[in-house]
Amino acid sequence: MSRLSDSNVQLAHEIIARYPKPKSALIPLLHLSQEQNGYVTQDAMRHIAELVGVTPAEVIGTATFYEMFKFEPVGTYLINICGTMSCALLGAEELMHHAEQKLGIRAGSTTDDGMFTLEHAECQAACTEAPCLQVNYRHQYRVSTQDLDAMIDDLRSGALRDEIPAHGTLTRIRQRTHPNEVGAVPVDEVTEAPVWISKHEATEAPA
Amino acid sequence: MSTAITRDYTPGFYEGDRPKVVTSRFEYEDSHTLERYHATNGYEGLRKCLAMTPAQMHDEVRASTVLGRGGAGFPAGVKWGFTPKDVWPRYLVVNGDESEPGTYKDRLLMERDPHQLIEGCLIACYAVGLSHCFLYVRGEMPLAHERLATALNDAYDAGYIGKNVLGTDFSVDITLHWGAGAYVVGEETALIESLEGERGMPRLKPPFFPAAIGLYGKPTIVNNVETLANLPFIANEGSAAYTAIGTETSPGTRMIAISGHVKRPGVYEIINGSTTFRDIIYGDEFCQGIRDDNELKAFVPGGGSAPWFLPDQLDIPFEGREAGSAGSMLGSGAVMVMDSTTDIPKAALTLTRFYAHESCGKCVPCREGGTWLYRILERICDGHGTTDDLDQILEVGQSICPGEMPHAASERLGLEATPFPYKMTTICFVGPSAYAPLHSALTLFPEEFEAKVAPSPKRTKIPVTAAS
Ligand SMILES: Cc1cc2nc3c(=O)[nH]c(=O)nc-3n(C[C@H](O)[C@H](O)[C@H](O)COP(=O)(O)O)c2cc1C
Ligand code: SF4
Ligand code: FES
Repeated sequence: MSRLSDSNVQLAHEIIARYPKPKSALIPLLHLSQEQNGYVTQDAMRHIAELVGVTPAEVIGTATFYEMFKFEPVGTYLINICGTMSCALLGAEELMHHAEQKLGIRAGSTTDDGMFTLEHAECQAACTEAPCLQVNYRHQYRVSTQDLDAMIDDLRSGALRDEIPAHGTLTRIRQRTHPNEVGAVPVDEVTEAPVWISKHEATEAPA
Repeated sequence: MSTAITRDYTPGFYEGDRPKVVTSRFEYEDSHTLERYHATNGYEGLRKCLAMTPAQMHDEVRASTVLGRGGAGFPAGVKWGFTPKDVWPRYLVVNGDESEPGTYKDRLLMERDPHQLIEGCLIACYAVGLSHCFLYVRGEMPLAHERLATALNDAYDAGYIGKNVLGTDFSVDITLHWGAGAYVVGEETALIESLEGERGMPRLKPPFFPAAIGLYGKPTIVNNVETLANLPFIANEGSAAYTAIGTETSPGTRMIAISGHVKRPGVYEIINGSTTFRDIIYGDEFCQGIRDDNELKAFVPGGGSAPWFLPDQLDIPFEGREAGSAGSMLGSGAVMVMDSTTDIPKAALTLTRFYAHESCGKCVPCREGGTWLYRILERICDGHGTTDDLDQILEVGQSICPGEMPHAASERLGLEATPFPYKMTTICFVGPSAYAPLHSALTLFPEEFEAKVAPSPKRTKIPVTAAS
């Protein structure tokens, strides 16, 4: 069973309510399910389809476009090594080679103990801090091969458990639903200019 | 790096003794908090904005001529004016999908000064009558998400967002949205598709630009994070103070990231329009020259999609039109520097691979052509290419960008510049971007490709042996 838990269903309803059309909540809900299970399960996608009011096929259609969604279990720690230009110029290839040796796996695969998945990645918006990588999308900057060894040892020993949650947890602080929110309005229900615009329209020529 | 992972520390930015428009709070460790924002003039721009009429605020932004920072450099005030009259609701979508190779500035702005971005969004919403703002942040940026979520929660609590902002009749929601890993979603129509819960594939435009038909088919302004981060300054200090910085065609400042083989790679807020590439790469307050005092070989002036420049172009200022007539573009403000030790075909491979990989698959020249270019180039770099492959690159390139490709002038090769832009057969710029860096590399450094390939079998004698 990997439908969304009761507390996540409640969160899902809050998220859906923020959008004028429920389908807009698909990506956030897929992240939520990945946070719950470590990857996106078929059951979760069916459940999300129910919550959003689309077919499961539509959910799969959207989900499979995006690289962050995994459809089978990955390691607790997903290590993405950037190989795009700025990082490549400063040794990304050696870093990847070293990581493969250290973990004993080829990029694109997972260690037997389910701890690590290693992947080639593209530019991580940290190009001035090359070469860089992400562990469960947490940036590491200017990574030497020694840094990489130390990091993997620390991840193994659990020394970084608080800093880097298991794969799937993207952010630990969420936007709250606020009592003073206007609230999303279905698109078709708005036909007039908002009041702060309309009250000036009588007195002012439109810009 | 030490393994004591410093998640709260986003490195890479260097201050300087220059005017600051968007990085004025970066010096404070707590620059992301509402307390610091309040202590440094925060939300004062919003108050001034709310004291004006929406049209007056729009005029102020129009007069500032602030240019879009997402890549195309279109004036924000003019774009805002494209919303059709009397069609409601209208939306704001903030493009925080930063993923163009070499680009690192929007993430800094979101992590270090989230309230500045929020204030910018509020100003835009007030001026254009946008009743709901969606902040689309790239999925692979958890710290930016956390900082923005905290800032939004605090700003709602403080009455800056929600019903009746600061007791006025301006009411607006800002919703933080998550991406999930797809470069092409940075393209504005793909961003909208993605926000609607679809696969992030660009829409065909023209005829309909998002300002007319966007999110849910309604008028939608899409602006880059840095573009919006400029607005609190403009509301506070006025458009004249803004245009007093920079040049007439490129006002204000600009965030740029310089990476690669320089001594001090980093993100800098530069004076727009007048700072030259020589200043940026060699200047003491910027990158301080090439690592190990090597020779400069080439540089990418405006993100991975941009045609390359040579040392011949160092004295060109960081200004859109000048870069355009010299054969390239400034794009997202990312300079990638290659020194004399660089293997040029291999450097081009890392970019062509990127764009081939990021193709959404909607148009054939990009989906097939990009992949072909990548495969051919990989074969060449692996030492299995022939001279035939070089011709093939140009042929495939022509099917993506027919006609002359922009490129820089080279004294060494006796080449004159072909100005930007190019023609294209694809819906968006991902296809051409797979070709542009490769075309530059091949045009400006033909000898490095020739050195890697064997003569085509058609031009060599292959004798018949017993085994064959
Ligand atoms: C393939 C592609 C990727 C893009 N990626 C981004 C991006 O990551 N961030 C961004 O702000 N603009 C990006 N753009 C530009 C946007 O389409 C759009 O022009 C921009 O967000 C408009 O904002 P501005 O006018 O404030 O610059 C991209 C464009 C293309 C064609
Ligand atoms: S050019 Fe490439 S990425 Fe852009 S729409 Fe066409 S196939 Fe998709
Ligand atoms: S090239 Fe590696 S982070 Fe941009």
